Amino acid sequence: MKLTKRIWVRSMIGAAAAVAVSGAAWAQGAPIKIGVLATLEGPFAAGGADGMRGAELAIRQRGGTVAGRKIEMVRASSNANPDVAVNAVRKLVEQDKVDIVVGPLSGGEGIAVKDYSKTQPNMTFINGGSGAQATTLVNPSPNFFRFNTEGAQWMVGLGKAAIDKGYKRVMVIAEDYAFPYSQVQGFMSEFCRLGGKVPVKAWVPLGGKDYSSVIARIPKDVDALLVVLGGADAVNFLNQYEAAGGDKPMMGGSITVSQDVLNYRGKRRDSLVGTMSAGPYADSFDGADWKAFVADYQKNYPVSAGGYPSPSLFALVYYTNMKAALDALDAVKGDLSGGQAKYRQALSSLQLRMPTGTVKLDANRQAIGTTFVTEVVKDGKGELTTRVLRKVDNVEQMLGMKKEEFQMGTRDVPACP
Amino acid sequence: MKWNARTWTWLLIGGPIAVFSLWAIADNTRLYFVTLLNGLTLASLYFIVASGFTLVFGLMRNVNLAHGSLYLLGGYVGFFVAEKTGWWVLAVAAGFLAAAIAGLLIQVLILRHMQGQDLRQTMVTIGLSIVIADLLLWAFTAQVHQMEAPEWLQGPLRGIPLIKAYSAYRLSLLVFGVAIGIFLWWLLTRTTVGAMIRAGVDDRQMLAASGVNVNLVFAITFMLGAGLAGFGGVIGAVELSMVPGEDTRLLLASLIVVIVGGMGSVVGAALGAVILGLAETYGLAYAPTYSVVFTFVILILVLAFRPRGILGKPA
Amino acid sequence: MSAAQWRRAMNGGLRQAEAARAPRRSAQPMAGAARVVTPADADPYAGSDAPRWLKFLWRTLSARHVFVLALVLVFPFVATPFMTFQVAAQSLVLGLIALSLTFLGGWGGMVSLAQMSVAGMAGYAVAVLGVSSTEISLGWPWWVAVPFAVLIASACATVIGWLSVRTEGIYTIMITLAFGVAFYYLVLQNYSVFNGFQGFQKVYPPEVLGLNWREPLPFYFLSLFWALVGYLAVKWLVRTPFGIALQGVRDNPRRMAALGFDVVAHRVAAYAFAGLLAAVGGVLLVWYNGLISPGSVNTGWQINILVIAVLGGMRHPIGAFLGAVVFVLLQTFAIDVIDRERFNLVIGVVFLAIVLFSPDGLLGLWAKLRSRFGPRQTVNSPPSRH
Repeated sequence: MKLTKRIWVRSMIGAAAAVAVSGAAWAQGAPIKIGVLATLEGPFAAGGADGMRGAELAIRQRGGTVAGRKIEMVRASSNANPDVAVNAVRKLVEQDKVDIVVGPLSGGEGIAVKDYSKTQPNMTFINGGSGAQATTLVNPSPNFFRFNTEGAQWMVGLGKAAIDKGYKRVMVIAEDYAFPYSQVQGFMSEFCRLGGKVPVKAWVPLGGKDYSSVIARIPKDVDALLVVLGGADAVNFLNQYEAAGGDKPMMGGSITVSQDVLNYRGKRRDSLVGTMSAGPYADSFDGADWKAFVADYQKNYPVSAGGYPSPSLFALVYYTNMKAALDALDAVKGDLSGGQAKYRQALSSLQLRMPTGTVKLDANRQAIGTTFVTEVVKDGKGELTTRVLRKVDNVEQMLGMKKEEFQMGTRDVPACP
Repeated sequence: MKWNARTWTWLLIGGPIAVFSLWAIADNTRLYFVTLLNGLTLASLYFIVASGFTLVFGLMRNVNLAHGSLYLLGGYVGFFVAEKTGWWVLAVAAGFLAAAIAGLLIQVLILRHMQGQDLRQTMVTIGLSIVIADLLLWAFTAQVHQMEAPEWLQGPLRGIPLIKAYSAYRLSLLVFGVAIGIFLWWLLTRTTVGAMIRAGVDDRQMLAASGVNVNLVFAITFMLGAGLAGFGGVIGAVELSMVPGEDTRLLLASLIVVIVGGMGSVVGAALGAVILGLAETYGLAYAPTYSVVFTFVILILVLAFRPRGILGKPA
Repeated sequence: MSAAQWRRAMNGGLRQAEAARAPRRSAQPMAGAARVVTPADADPYAGSDAPRWLKFLWRTLSARHVFVLALVLVFPFVATPFMTFQVAAQSLVLGLIALSLTFLGGWGGMVSLAQMSVAGMAGYAVAVLGVSSTEISLGWPWWVAVPFAVLIASACATVIGWLSVRTEGIYTIMITLAFGVAFYYLVLQNYSVFNGFQGFQKVYPPEVLGLNWREPLPFYFLSLFWALVGYLAVKWLVRTPFGIALQGVRDNPRRMAALGFDVVAHRVAAYAFAGLLAAVGGVLLVWYNGLISPGSVNTGWQINILVIAVLGGMRHPIGAFLGAVVFVLLQTFAIDVIDRERFNLVIGVVFLAIVLFSPDGLLGLWAKLRSRFGPRQTVNSPPSRH
């Protein structure tokens, strides 16, 4: 009896001590849970996987801790549908009880998550990869931050480059949804202002792969085509265009001139040399930070382990946003108390150093960053690759226009036939 | 001319089409005829895929909703073989065989044990389509795969009057469609197996009663149907690329072709394919955001007035 | 036979079956509706003074009904808001939509894959007619927009039904699938009405009498209310003369036609009723999500509703809700257990397994287990529905 009582008392003391010690440890450096949402299923599954890698890279670069606290990354998955994304974020916030959310990936999801963020004022939401203009332009949310530039900002500089190359009349071929609208707007606002004309805009319905009707409508007197399609669709288009006997030069949107297009093996391959494009990064950019980022990515995610030969757009944007989250955590020394108000203050005033330059946020918590205009060239071995034509810094969401003149891109806006 | 229902139907349908055609030719002749060719070539692809579907349905009363997945399977296998060997013809054969074997396995291992339970068989094919689609997604990831046309079919055919240049590969689709149509006609009307299949479409029980090995006929039909889907997958892969989601599109196209043309009838499948192909391409060319509406309207009209399809037989 | 005679006969038959399960004195064999109701077991409460509705409840409710009812009423007060909203309320809403399919498939013999599209039509109608963050929306108040939406969707369901039922049963799956996929492409590619790929955002439930229906608790009770209404409606409808006639049409349309019943009319009416259920579910679904986009009505979701209905079992309305609970649990927590990317594979395999080995779904499994391990059954259990 006495023995059991002693054991009982001692174990109680031991338990109390353990709780006290761990309690102290908890108070000191409780792990920070960061939920990362990317499209791991559906059409953007490959991009989503690379986005996860980018976010993870930012964490690994800091050795897995920030401001003395361990970082715990909680993954969530969606399939580019807004309702699935909201369900996934709700689970992260209410069930998994994360402190910060980084994501989502696609434009429509971004708007839905932004709407959800307004119902959780004490949580901070940082974008992952979504690039729709409306997310931060229309009803912006006070706790949704986007440290990557969006679709329209990605095309700044291409309009001028087109005029410089002598393209006065350009036909636009793009898919019929918000992201290509913003890309076309980014191109046309500059192009039209400098005197260019866009006689025909062909919006290809989503889900269709048959470009024969669009090709049949290409007027004879355009100088070039602006093709804003995904890389693989662009190859499809090129095949069909070449097979139909077309020969006009092409300009590409930000996701058009991808590895698929550069590996094109059709007869028109040589005519691809000189194709211009614009976007938030360029494979061949020789800035020191960029090279370091690429090397780091390749070291952590070699091709054998499933990584790409060079980080994709999604890896870059997720890395940027996660790095912003962590840098701001550093700035407030891990203090997420008071409804994370101080943390959000730090985020708003953060000057983020990311692989292609410095990014800061505007009044709507949207990034002001750098855009690259690129051109396809043939290297010494006869392979196609891109080189940087021009680097445009401090591109804002209003694209340098005044608030009264600025209109969000839609099917008919802007127009200069 | 007798003004009965038939002439009225021809007038009501043919009238607007004639008016539209006259306007379109006057407006942009080249566009009209290019679109016509586009529609016919697309129709050929739809016919190849839908003929397999209608054969299986007509004979076995089995709505094979895994047809789209078999299309995708054939396409991916063909892509893989083309990449490894560089021979397009080999890829086509491989796609056909892969889908045919998959179809055979499905029929022998699963569907045969549910003879007569049409609904259950259909649900099984739904489950299989989900599983096959996800397995293919796992193996090939969601990246878009682009197959290249063989050398001798690449590039445009020049010198055509009025149209000036047209894709040689797309024209070859038309040739394939016609070839498959002739092959199926020969198979169904000039061979014993074909006679058994036609007899089975008309009356399954009598076929069994007359001593034919019905299981064998079913297996052959399912193999053929699946193989046609796979064949369609490979040749479609060049024109339309391989991506998850194509299976749904092709399944929908097969469904509409068969509903419009008539169940169990290969000629009906050809007719339905032409109607659907033309409607889609003209819709895309002249009113892109409403092209689906045309398809819808055609579907509704046929179901309202000819529920069994234009050339459908009563069950 | 008059309606009252049908009802008595059916009630008599049901009570016989329940009596047969308990090892009481000689259980009389149940021979369907053509039984003579003897006074001895007509109404145990005949002598009591309680009001008629109370006697009705005593007659029809059993312990398990009370248990389940208590469970769903108490659940939100003991579970976290997340479980209440994302798991329970979503299951109720999806269950309601699947219930429409269960009704059509189990009692009508027509498996329609367009139920999610009907629900989507109602959701889109609410978004277009009501308030959202897109300019296309007309901004009507919710108490005008919602009834209109339900009406429009039910009307569309009736038209789909009329187009689908004039041919053989197996055609129904094809035709409804085609309609569903065509509807998906329509809302994906049309911008003037359906706003294409973007869809409608911020379609929120209203605030009524100071209660915000967006909060987990009110929304849960709202969905629970409508789920109960749907469940009871189905249970009631299948015992009315119409319901019986529908089951007759399911089993042998030729004979029913020979008896003078209008087979097509019964089937179309069944579609209309199922469309009504799905439309209500669709309104709740768009309120749950707070948005609607083409992704909510794509082929995946059409098949998911079928999976839910088959998973639970089509022999009883509760099957739809059972299937929905299992489905939502899998969907929500799969990422913690396996790769979320392979969720479709898991669902597909589960569905295949159910169809191959237990076509009556979970309810069928439960029935089999009960017959294996439960009290000795007499040979007189109700004929199974296949």
